[in-house]
Amino acid sequence: MRTYAGHSDAKRSNELYRRNLEKGQTGLSVAFDLPTQTGYDPDHELARGEVGKVGVSIAHRGDMETLLFGIPLDQMNTSMTINATAAWLLGLYIVAAEEEGVPEEKLQGTTQNDILKEYLSRGTYAFPPGPSMRLIADTIAYTIEHVPKWNPINICSYHLQEAGATPVQEIAYAMSNAIAVLDAVRERVPQTLMGSVFGRISFFVNAGVRFVEEHAKVRAMAELWDELGRDRYAVEDGKHRRFRYGVQVNSLGLTEAQPENNVYRIALEALAVTLGRSARARAVQLPAWNEALGLPRPWDQQWSLRLQQILAYETDMLEYPDIFEGSKVMDGLVAEMIDGAREEMARVAELGGAVNAVDYMKASLVESHRERWRRIESGEQTVVGMNRFTSTEHSPLTAANDGSILRVDPQVESERRAAVELWRSERDQSAVDAALGELARVAREESENIMPATIAAARAGATTGEWSQTLRDAFGEYRAPTGVGEAAAVSSEQVAELREEVERVSEALGRRLKFLVGKPGLDGHSNGAEQIAVRARDAGMDVVYEGIRLTPSQIATSAAQEGVHVVGLSILSGSHAELIPSVLEALRQAGVEEIPVVVGGIIPEADAVQLREAGVAAVYTPKDWDLNQMMRDIVGLVAERNGIAAAA
Amino acid sequence: MNGPDLDGSELARRLRDRDLAAAPAVLNLVESRSPEARAQTASLLAAVSPGQLGGEASAHIVGITGPPGVGKSSLLSRLVAAWRAQDRSVAVLAVDPTSRRSGGALLGDRARIEADPADRHVFIRSTAAGDRLGGLAPATRAAAGALAAAFDVVVIETVGVGQSETEVADLADTVAVVVQPGSGDVLQFLKAGIMEVPDVLVVTKADLGRIATRAQADLRAALRSLGEQETAVVAVSSVPPTSGIDRLVDALDAHWAGLDLPSRRLRARRMHALADFAAEHGERGLRVLGGRREAAKWLAEQDPGLDVPALTRALEQRLG
Repeated sequence: MRTYAGHSDAKRSNELYRRNLEKGQTGLSVAFDLPTQTGYDPDHELARGEVGKVGVSIAHRGDMETLLFGIPLDQMNTSMTINATAAWLLGLYIVAAEEEGVPEEKLQGTTQNDILKEYLSRGTYAFPPGPSMRLIADTIAYTIEHVPKWNPINICSYHLQEAGATPVQEIAYAMSNAIAVLDAVRERVPQTLMGSVFGRISFFVNAGVRFVEEHAKVRAMAELWDELGRDRYAVEDGKHRRFRYGVQVNSLGLTEAQPENNVYRIALEALAVTLGRSARARAVQLPAWNEALGLPRPWDQQWSLRLQQILAYETDMLEYPDIFEGSKVMDGLVAEMIDGAREEMARVAELGGAVNAVDYMKASLVESHRERWRRIESGEQTVVGMNRFTSTEHSPLTAANDGSILRVDPQVESERRAAVELWRSERDQSAVDAALGELARVAREESENIMPATIAAARAGATTGEWSQTLRDAFGEYRAPTGVGEAAAVSSEQVAELREEVERVSEALGRRLKFLVGKPGLDGHSNGAEQIAVRARDAGMDVVYEGIRLTPSQIATSAAQEGVHVVGLSILSGSHAELIPSVLEALRQAGVEEIPVVVGGIIPEADAVQLREAGVAAVYTPKDWDLNQMMRDIVGLVAERNGIAAAA
Repeated sequence: MNGPDLDGSELARRLRDRDLAAAPAVLNLVESRSPEARAQTASLLAAVSPGQLGGEASAHIVGITGPPGVGKSSLLSRLVAAWRAQDRSVAVLAVDPTSRRSGGALLGDRARIEADPADRHVFIRSTAAGDRLGGLAPATRAAAGALAAAFDVVVIETVGVGQSETEVADLADTVAVVVQPGSGDVLQFLKAGIMEVPDVLVVTKADLGRIATRAQADLRAALRSLGEQETAVVAVSSVPPTSGIDRLVDALDAHWAGLDLPSRRLRARRMHALADFAAEHGERGLRVLGGRREAAKWLAEQDPGLDVPALTRALEQRLG
């Protein structure tokens, strides 16, 4: 039992961990900030506004040592949510342990290390797919030999569901992903070790509120996994073929409207992955009830932890063998899902496997997500408190607008900038240069393992940004597909009226209404922006969508050069207070301050007020789920700013 | 207000002064369909015609086309960087293949071309393709003609092989067709004569080694059999370690240097006028002129000094 935690700098996070361990938490789950996850130092331009925001900022070995101070690493099980830079953070962890006198073979824990879902959903990738798969294979090959108790990869279907995956898609893409990883590792380790490799691969699964179906999903995954080990990789030991998975329950279904209802949703979702013993999760992480509002505070996290403790210690769930054994309904459901998943896996295989099928999978997810949203908007799918049963008493829990979420001290970023500069000035530069030179050489030698050079660079005092830049230079930059181009259009009656209005305004403007959808900063959660872009297209607009990770000046340049009539910005990482004003300033500098800007994201009302004062035309939050209404607003805004009369 | 800047001759003056910051307003104007905007576009085009400039517009107009997924955008990123390293200003008109559904379009091309946002000498604009795959929007022709007065290089990027390549050839000074190793389409099209021989053939993904060398050799053989040994075939790799980009820049320059520019531009203006006429009056209009071919023949006999709007008007007068 643990909660996903970490914020600001290493010292503050270390204090938080030690408090949580005292309260009965049995392991660590480290959240890193976006610059660390995407391989930038705190003083990089792209890091602006993101340092210490969604997790802790770790720039070098010194930070890692501070983070783990006073925590017995030989007994600790540490889960690190880190992907593109997983090899590096594992290197830092090994070096920090070494300093404490704990040898690497005693270390226990997990690096998430799953890159495909970063392209498909989460967006914190750094390198192109081919080299990324090699880094994953390298960490697996290294840990199997040197850090045998480590789980080097945690294949995440979790984020696929967040991106809109149906249960069948979640199963199929997770399995296809695993195949791509295992095929790559097979080239780097002898067949005799493939059994242990297979046995060390674990999964990170989502659980939605349709908990019967969700339970069937994990059973289906267990069956397919067993079969894959036996047939494709000749894994003989049944223990190695056991499907091991952890869970974070669904965030996608959590609502901003009446957020207290989320507690019930979370409890039911937890049942999906714990009810049946034969497919029970190894580890369960529950989100906080107010996640759709902002970053949870310690009390919110405690409330989540208590739910798990009640399930485990008060209920009788753990006292029985598998309660679904022999259930015809469950078996039927499982068989149905396996059939569907096999079909989808065959399609991915036909496209050349998961690495080559990224574009296809991304487009399928955007399409599923669009369909889900359509059902919610049309009322076919009920979300209590959001599109049905919406009248509510005044909530005492969210009474104070601002006090109810944790705020990261804005001071942290400047402290971190100064600290990394100091670190660079005090280290042995020639040792760092030599280590990075060796890293660059190994990066170009595909047959060599990246880990020894990575560990040496960590030891020498290289920074997260330097390690990543060395590999970016060797591997090239990469932009993942946005998946929006292929998404099907909504039925025309849903947008007919809207379309007419877009035509009318476009006619008056002289050319088609053009809308720039931008995601500033490092936040890679692009599902919302993608849905907005697709709907705007369906409404008849010309939409410029450039994907994630844009600097304010890139957005301003695009807005000016593309001649757009309105700019929409989406930020979910909580860095709106820094980034949005920077974009407004960049637009001024580009000479196009007259273009109206609307903002969407997880934005507390107090911040929304400030953004509107700074010049933002409108602020949308998860409670504004009616996309057509949002589009009507945007068309109206363009009309108003261009002196076009309102529709008759 | 981000509406059209309705003063074509003022925009033309800025372009003639090589004011690159005028580019967004030029595009906003040429994309606008109101009668007033169209009249201003005509005066803009007239004001940047060779007669007014005292010679052909100085930019090298380069068409880059090829099937989807061959790596045109990464190639373009590297090309833009190479041109900038030579201190040449670049305008890219990316024609997005996304067909217009519901009237709207998702323009994703811009995302794939890397450029320094602070560099004022690079301009990138995406537009939705016309009704057909690879079809040029009318605004793209006007934009290319206008921006050629201010930029050093104007690139028109389109998707497809066949029709699209022909349309770009009507507009650009130099056409480069991009192919990737292992896909035989272009080779077959060339051999079968479906596709006109481009000025430069680019084989991407040279990092694939043998397959890329093989593709290059196959293309050269096909060109030889067509008696087109002169056409350059360049292999490039746009991912690190990059290679071949400088050779490609040289090949494009070499083609341009060997070109009879006035006659190619004259032909381009006539085809531009014909396309504008067809966009306005459709197949029926063309039939009155005796078909597209006849109309082109008639245009070829007109005064070489006429600018695009004048040529279009001349065609329209024949409608009676």
